[in-house]
Amino acid sequence: MIELLRFDFMQRALIAALLVGLAAPAIGTFMVQRRLALLGDGIGHVALTGVALGFLTGTAPVLTAVVVSILGAVAIELVRARGRTSGDVALALLFYGGIAGGVLLISLAPGGSNATLMSYLFGSISSVAVEDVWVIGLLAVAVLGVVTVFGRELYVLCQDEEVAKASGLPVRFLSLLIAVTAALTVVIAMRVVGLLLVSALMVVPVATSQQLTRGFVSTMLLSMLFGMISTVGGLTSSFYVEVPPGAIIVIVALTGFVLALGLGRFVRRSRSQEFSHEQQA
Amino acid sequence: MNGGQVDLDHRPVLRGIDLSIEPGEAVAVLGANGSGKSTLIRALLGLVPLSGGETFLYGRAPARFREWWRIGYVPQRLSVGGGVPTTIREVVASGRIARQRRLRPTRAADREATGRALAAVGMAHRASDPVQALSGGQQQRVLIARALAGEPDTFVMDEPTAGVDAESQTLLAETLSTLVDQGKTVLLVAHELGPLEPLITRAVVLRDGYVCHDGRPPRAVGTHALPGHDHVHPHGEEEPVSPLDWRPTS
Repeated sequence: MIELLRFDFMQRALIAALLVGLAAPAIGTFMVQRRLALLGDGIGHVALTGVALGFLTGTAPVLTAVVVSILGAVAIELVRARGRTSGDVALALLFYGGIAGGVLLISLAPGGSNATLMSYLFGSISSVAVEDVWVIGLLAVAVLGVVTVFGRELYVLCQDEEVAKASGLPVRFLSLLIAVTAALTVVIAMRVVGLLLVSALMVVPVATSQQLTRGFVSTMLLSMLFGMISTVGGLTSSFYVEVPPGAIIVIVALTGFVLALGLGRFVRRSRSQEFSHEQQA
Repeated sequence: MNGGQVDLDHRPVLRGIDLSIEPGEAVAVLGANGSGKSTLIRALLGLVPLSGGETFLYGRAPARFREWWRIGYVPQRLSVGGGVPTTIREVVASGRIARQRRLRPTRAADREATGRALAAVGMAHRASDPVQALSGGQQQRVLIARALAGEPDTFVMDEPTAGVDAESQTLLAETLSTLVDQGKTVLLVAHELGPLEPLITRAVVLRDGYVCHDGRPPRAVGTHALPGHDHVHPHGEEEPVSPLDWRPTS
């Protein structure tokens, strides 16, 4: 374990993995509570257009991806808030548009091909540069900051939008805040697990921890722990076994989910027995 | 509210409602299913946009209203979104939100109010259980505790008795009569008043989007005493119903 810290690229990769493992489930908990588990996927598709746009215009793909995915997230939020019945179809249109736009734009870029997109689609954590670590670090701080400062309000919003409105909360602003924060998370997780698997880091650790917890805050904290275990564990094993880090990270997370499913059933059963004993006493 | 009109999906639900609730009143909005009761109280709070008329909260339009802590809104159901577990205490404590400021941590006063609200609905011993494990009546008690925690002046409740067991209904009646005695304003929607009847000072009966009775609570005879109980909403041309043609049925 210590030997892999001797490699600079591995140090950078581990820091990036740790930050992403921490940030993605934090905002993911709110998205799952709000039934927006697939929002991350949608933004991931749109972000691909952003990446291709970066190659086409010769700017840093991470920056264009941030801009385009924020625009995409805002568009998705507006569609969600307006339409009720056609919402999922409208989202689907946006997903396909994102992928098609990405493939189309990259083919127009000088020397670009679909292979260029591959490292963004499936992640390339071992090629993370020092500047990338800084960008990921800043964005992760921003995501965790949003969750800390607005957590109380976001909790009410995600529980019941009308109650949030009747409590005088700025509902529209908070909804957009969730969408934009999700977009930032997608972009930072893009390098670690790839755009196609980004949503897994936002959703799977949350699904895992909710098997074991009773409260919202405990679910969020435990999912952040699971997130870090998945990213760091997956990255470490990919160092020893020749497998793509993004895929193994998601597999580690899913394995954790399956284990928690069994454990959670056991915990709940003993808990309900405890409760019925209490009532009899 | 003056001349309040609401359309949902291009269908008029409220067709010109003049209603004003005075401080200290205990008002019940009654009427058949689909008569627009829930829409009325949500429109009064500005949660549903009006297509005509205007509504004021303590003299201000909802968009300009800033004192939301004065209102405790109790929705019909506890929405257990996405399956993320949340404890009873967390839900009840979130009722303090309108009294809290961003960047300020939770204070002792918040925790005390949460504790009092939990005790008032008899849920203090289960505060760290997940709300997902509760029955409908218990979830309703949690929702009321959330509104209580905010210590508002006015309670606005959407069908607090619907689908609630008899024990919870009696408890609700006790809680509400304490509030009324404290001079709080209560506005609630109900299909049947049941144990709440003694504490209601004024009843507003809706029919087809109009107020057809406003005054003393009508004497309920059996469960079918309310006007229009079996009324099936026609979809074609309708004769306008005069607000005055309500008669007690027996």
